Amino acid sequence: MAEQRATAYDSKVEGNVIFTRLDAAFNWVRKNSLWPMPMGLACCAIELMATAASRFDIARFGAEVMRFSPRQCDVMIVAGTVTYKMALAVKRIYEQMPEPKYVIAMGACASTGGMYRSYAVLQGIDQLLPVDVYISGCPPRPEALLAGLMKLQEKIDGEKSFAAQKPELTKRLLDVAT
Amino acid sequence: MTGKELLDSLGKLFGAKLQATTEFRGETTYTILSSDLREVAKLCRYDLSFDYLIDITSIDNAGEEPRFEIVYELYSMTLAVHLRLKLKIGEDETVDTVSDIWPTANWHEREIYDMMGIKFKGHPDLRRILMWDGYPFFPLRKEFPLEGLPSEMPDVAFTKSAPLEGGPFVTQPSTAIAKFREPRARPPEL
Repeated sequence: MAEQRATAYDSKVEGNVIFTRLDAAFNWVRKNSLWPMPMGLACCAIELMATAASRFDIARFGAEVMRFSPRQCDVMIVAGTVTYKMALAVKRIYEQMPEPKYVIAMGACASTGGMYRSYAVLQGIDQLLPVDVYISGCPPRPEALLAGLMKLQEKIDGEKSFAAQKPELTKRLLDVAT
Repeated sequence: MTGKELLDSLGKLFGAKLQATTEFRGETTYTILSSDLREVAKLCRYDLSFDYLIDITSIDNAGEEPRFEIVYELYSMTLAVHLRLKLKIGEDETVDTVSDIWPTANWHEREIYDMMGIKFKGHPDLRRILMWDGYPFFPLRKEFPLEGLPSEMPDVAFTKSAPLEGGPFVTQPSTAIAKFREPRARPPEL
């Protein structure tokens, strides 16, 4: 009597399995669940809150989970004036975020220091952190923040995340394949 | 006693301690000596019902002697009277604290120390309040440049000079539109 063996093709899983590139799968997951670290430092934070509220509803882009712990965040939204007194605290919080991590400089102050050409204000958070998206405005409207978030999603979608983050494993897989 | 009567009687009460009296748009300003400050402050607080210290500010008259001026804004809640006390002090002098007479003076005096570098004798906790401990400058002094000076406190804070790009851009008195009144970049020949 012939032994019953599971076949590679199983009609039960048909339609439940998709084939894709690992990068594409990672990027799709990452860009649609960006958990923000709300770094609210000034009036931009009010617009950030408005973006999260029902009229603009940042949840439509999967970024509604504001985490007040940097250890659970993907994107830091620097919303407001970064003073020199606060600057290294912002950097420390950024360093506590797990990779991959992104930074949105929201508004004129976070991008360039804005109207504060002053002894007390850091002239743009990009002097300390790698900024992915700058948003103009003083403060930007919630639509502008959402547009910035979509720009960041576009950027994440084009990333070679797996190859970039696991170079040795990628090389081994390629060796096996060829 | 009404507020008018109080203000009228102040001159007699203070007597020889008054250096000068100024009236401007219904506001009374008395100039006193810094050595008389505590005596005058106690008189105002306990005998004349000036129970509210609105603010303390300081002025840097760089080049003049004495250099600094300190202004106390007093208000009487019971009589609705405003009174301003002014005194002058030199760069190396200290002022007596009034933080035991009006507790709110504690932070006001810390701010003046932080921004101007004026020390208050008898203050319980004279630390910087806006800038961090170890910041080497007093930013509101006249010799401090608007764009700031570089400084470094490892693991605490750093500062750099801000690019002014031909500024600071001050509003010109005119009826022109804002674009011409307040240029955001000045042509290099000006």
